[in-house]
Amino acid sequence: MNFSELFKLSGLLGRFSPDGKCLASCVQHRLVVRDASSLQILHLYSCMDQIQYIEWSSDSQFILCAMYKRGIVQVWSLEQSEWYCKIDEGSAGLVASCWSPDGRHILNTTEFHLRITVWSLCTKSVSYIKYPKACQQGVAFTKDGRYMAVAERRDCKDFISIFVCRNWQLLRHFDTETQDLFGIEWAPNGCVLAAWDTCLEYKVLLYSLDGRLLSSYRAYEWPLGIKSIAWSPSSQFLAIGSFDEKVRILNHVTWKKITELEHPAVITSKKTIVYKEVEKSPTLGTERLSFPPTRALASSLFSTQSKYDICQVPVSLHYIKPVADKANPKVGVGMLAFSADNSFLATKNDNIPNAVWIWDIRKLKLAVVLEQLYTIQCFQWDPCQPRLAVCTGSSRVYLWSPAGCVVVKVPGEGDFQIVSLSWHSSGDSMLLLSKDHFCVCYLEREEV
Amino acid sequence: MGDWRTVTVPLLSSDSKNIFPYTSERKSPTSMSSEVLRLSLPSSKSMHSFFSAFCTEENIEQSISYIDRELTTMGFPSIYAESKGKELDLVSMVNCMNELLVLQHKNLRAQEEIEVQHLKLGSDMDHLQNCYSKLKVQKLQNVISSRATQYNHDMKRKEREYNKLKERLHQLVMNKKDKKLAMEVLNYVGRADGKRGAWRTDKTEARNEEEMYKVLLSDYEQRQKQLLLENTELKKVLQQMKKDIISLLPPQKQKPKERSEDGLVLSDQEEDIGELNKENMWELSCETVREQLTNSIRKQWRMLKNHVEKLDNQVSRGHSGALNEKDVISREDHELETGKLELEIQQCKEMIRTQQQLLQQQLTCDDDTTLLLQDCYLLEERERLQEEWRLFREQKKNFEKERKSFTEAAIRLGLERKAFEEDRGAWLKHQFLSMTADCKSENATTPSAFLRSSDTDHRLVRSSSQQKRPPSVLSTTASPEPCQISQYITQNSVASEKPAADYLPNLWVESDDKEETEECTKTWEDSGLDTLCRNLHMEQLP
Repeated sequence: MNFSELFKLSGLLGRFSPDGKCLASCVQHRLVVRDASSLQILHLYSCMDQIQYIEWSSDSQFILCAMYKRGIVQVWSLEQSEWYCKIDEGSAGLVASCWSPDGRHILNTTEFHLRITVWSLCTKSVSYIKYPKACQQGVAFTKDGRYMAVAERRDCKDFISIFVCRNWQLLRHFDTETQDLFGIEWAPNGCVLAAWDTCLEYKVLLYSLDGRLLSSYRAYEWPLGIKSIAWSPSSQFLAIGSFDEKVRILNHVTWKKITELEHPAVITSKKTIVYKEVEKSPTLGTERLSFPPTRALASSLFSTQSKYDICQVPVSLHYIKPVADKANPKVGVGMLAFSADNSFLATKNDNIPNAVWIWDIRKLKLAVVLEQLYTIQCFQWDPCQPRLAVCTGSSRVYLWSPAGCVVVKVPGEGDFQIVSLSWHSSGDSMLLLSKDHFCVCYLEREEV
Repeated sequence: MGDWRTVTVPLLSSDSKNIFPYTSERKSPTSMSSEVLRLSLPSSKSMHSFFSAFCTEENIEQSISYIDRELTTMGFPSIYAESKGKELDLVSMVNCMNELLVLQHKNLRAQEEIEVQHLKLGSDMDHLQNCYSKLKVQKLQNVISSRATQYNHDMKRKEREYNKLKERLHQLVMNKKDKKLAMEVLNYVGRADGKRGAWRTDKTEARNEEEMYKVLLSDYEQRQKQLLLENTELKKVLQQMKKDIISLLPPQKQKPKERSEDGLVLSDQEEDIGELNKENMWELSCETVREQLTNSIRKQWRMLKNHVEKLDNQVSRGHSGALNEKDVISREDHELETGKLELEIQQCKEMIRTQQQLLQQQLTCDDDTTLLLQDCYLLEERERLQEEWRLFREQKKNFEKERKSFTEAAIRLGLERKAFEEDRGAWLKHQFLSMTADCKSENATTPSAFLRSSDTDHRLVRSSSQQKRPPSVLSTTASPEPCQISQYITQNSVASEKPAADYLPNLWVESDDKEETEECTKTWEDSGLDTLCRNLHMEQLP
C-alpha cells in the first residue's frame, strides 16, 4: 500500500473523474486537476469565489464549480482549457447544482427551492421545474441516465414528476401518499422508484416507472421512522434503516419484509467475528533516543499504533444513551451501503458510533463487527470487490475484506485526520480527505 | 377473623370479649372499671379458660354485681330482682342473655358483610388501576394525535404563507432577471451523443411513452426469464426427489397406492405424469402439470413418511418384546443368534486349532513323546477293549440265560414228546394188534420197533422218522428237520439220563456249539413243532 504525499484541500472537495484518469481538488477558489496515477497537475483553474461544490460531467470532459454565495456556477473543460462557461443565477440565489446524466445540462436549484433551472450547454434553451421539494434527496436520476424523478410540493401535498432526460419532457406526474416526502431514489435497474416519508412517519412507497404505486410498506406507527435507505446493486433488495436501530430488508418480488437486522449493544452470536481496534504502545529502542529529539522521533513517540484484535463473543460494544429531548437524535441506523457484488451490507448504528456492522446478505446474518477506537466518520465499498474502507477521523485507514482486516496508518508528520474517503472507479486507489488535506492511497492487487 | 378485627366496630366486640382476659389478670371486680380495656381478641382456647376464670366459687357475688353494672350501663334492665337485693331475677337475666346473643349474631352478620364488601372493593380497585393505566396510555396517545393534527395544521398554514412569499419572491426575481444575461458561454458545446437536439412535440411525447414502456417491459421480461430459470431448476430438483422417493419406497408399498382415494384414477394420473416426464413436458409451466407434479410428490412423500414411521414402530415394538412380523427379527433375538453363532465359530476354531496342534505334534515331536503318546493311545485302546469285553460278557450272560431257558423248554418238550411217542406207540401197537389179530404171519421186527423202552425210543424215533417221510413229501422243508430233531432228541435223551444240572452247562460252554444249538433251537421252535403237529394230524385223520 502506497501513500502519496499530502496535498492541500478545502471543503472536502476532491473527486476522481468518472473515467478514472483525473483527480479534481479545490483549494479555496482554485480548481486543480491532476493525473490520477501520478498526481501531476494537469490543469489549474481559478474561479470567482470560494468553491463550494464541484462535479465532473459523466464523460469526464467538464467540471462544474458552484459558488453558492455568489450564486454562480462555472464550468471548465478539460479538452479546451480556454473554454469557459459561467451561469449566474443572480438574485434567485443558488442552493444546489448538479449535472444531468448526459453531461450537457446543469440543474441549478435556486434559493428557497423556488425552482430548478435546467441550463443547456448545447443550446440556448432553458427549462424550469417549478415547486421542487426542499428535501434531502429531491432529484434522482436513473442509472442509465434516461429518466429523472423530481419531488415536488404543491398546496401542501407531495408529488413526483418523472422527466425524460433526453428532451426534458414530462413523462408522469403523480401524487404520493406521504405526509412530508423526505427522499426519492431509483432502483439500479431504473424501473422502480422508492419514495420515503419524513422520520415522523415510517412509510416507504414504491412506484413503477410509469407512475403506478407498486407497494407501500410501513413497519410501525408512532416512533421515529426511516433514517436511511439503500438499494442493492441488483435491485433485489431495499434496505431501510430506521430510528429503532433496525434495518428491514424488502424483496423486489413481493415488496414485503424478508428480514429484520438488529443492532444490539451486546453481540452473542457465535458465528460473528468481532474485530476490535486496540492501541499498541510504540516500541522504542533506547539507543535511538537523542536530545533534542528529531521530528520523526517526536512523531513516532506520540503517534499511537493500533491493530485489530479478535474478540471472543459475547462482546459488549460501546453504547451511547441517546438524549431524549433533542431533535434528530443520534439513534438508529444512519449509514447503509451494499457491496458492489451484492453479498454484503455495511451498516452503522448511531448510538453505537464506533462500530461498523457487516452483514452477509446471502445468509442474512451478521458476519463481522468492526469496533474502532473512535466514531466512524465514513465508510465506502470498493466498486469492484467486496472490500470496505472505513475512516474514523484518525490518521489511519481501515480496510476489511472477507479475508481479513487491516489497519494502515497514513505516513507523514502531523495530523491527518481522515474524515472522508472515496474509491477510484477501478478499485486500485483511494482518495483520503481531511479538512485541509488529501492523500491518495494506492493499493496493490494482492493486498487484503 | 383476626384480619378483620381492625374493621369491625370495636366497641361492640371489645366489651363482651375483652373483659375476660382483663379479669383473668385481676380477678377482682372492684378495680375493673379503672382499667383500660385492651383490644386484642383471645383465642378460643383461652376463652374457655377465661370463661371459668372470670367467675369462680369465691367471687360469684362480685362478678354478678359487675355484670349487672355493665348491663345497666349498656341499657339492659338489671338482673337483680330488686334494686338492691342479692337475689337474681332469672327472667330478666335470661332476657339479657338473649339480647346479648341476638346482638352477637347481628355483629357477626355485619362483619361478614363488611368482609365481602372489602373483597369487592379490592377487586374493583385492581380493575380500576388497570383501567387507569390503560386510560393513561390512551390519553397520552390522544394527546399525541391531537398535537400531531394541530402541528400538521400549523405546518400547513405556515407552508401556505411560505409559498405565498416564494411566489412573490419569484415574481420579483423573474422581473429582475430579464435585464442580465444569465449564462455566458464561449461557445455551445455539441451534444455528448453527437446528435442534434429535437423539438418537443406530441410525437416525441408518444415516443417517450413508448420508450418508457419498452424499458419496463424489458425489465419484466428479464425478471420472468430469471423466474423461469429458477422454476425449471426447482422442477428438476422435484423430479429428482420424486425418483429418489420412489426408489426408497419398498415395492410392496404399491398396495397403498391402489388403496388411495382415487384408486385406479391415481395410477392413471401417475402414468400420465410418467409420460409427461418422458416427453420433457415439465418444461411447460401450465397449471395442471404443476399441480400434478406437486401432488404426486406430496403423495410419494406421505407414503415414504408412513413407511419410515412403520419402521420406527416396528423397531420400538421389537424393543418392547412383541414380535408380530415374521420377517422382522427383534433385536434381542438377533443378538442372541449372533452370540450363538459367534460361540459356534469360536468352538470350531478352537477345535481346528487343537487338531492342528495335534497334527503338528504328531509330525514333529521326538521319541519320548511319541512313545508316551503311543502308550497313551494303547491305554486308550485297552480301556476301550475292556469296555467292550465288559459288554461282551454281559451279553454272554444274557445269552446263557436265554439258552438255559430254551434248553429247559426243549427238555420239557422232549419229555412231552416222549410221552406222546409212547402214547402213539401204544396206539399203533393197539392198532397193529388189532391188525395182527386179523393176520398172524407178521414178524417180530415190528414189535422191536415198539416194545423196548430205550430201543423203542430209538426205533420209535426211527420209525417215526421213517413214517414221517411219506408225509414229508407234502412239506419239503421238513426232511432235514427230523434228523436234526432226532439228533437233538437223542442228545436230549442222552442228556436226560444224566443229571441235568451239571451236564447242561458243560455242553454249551464252547462257543462253536453255541451257534448250532441256537440254530437248532430256533428252527425247532419255528417249524419242528408245527410239522409234528401236522404229522399227528395227518395220522389221526385216516
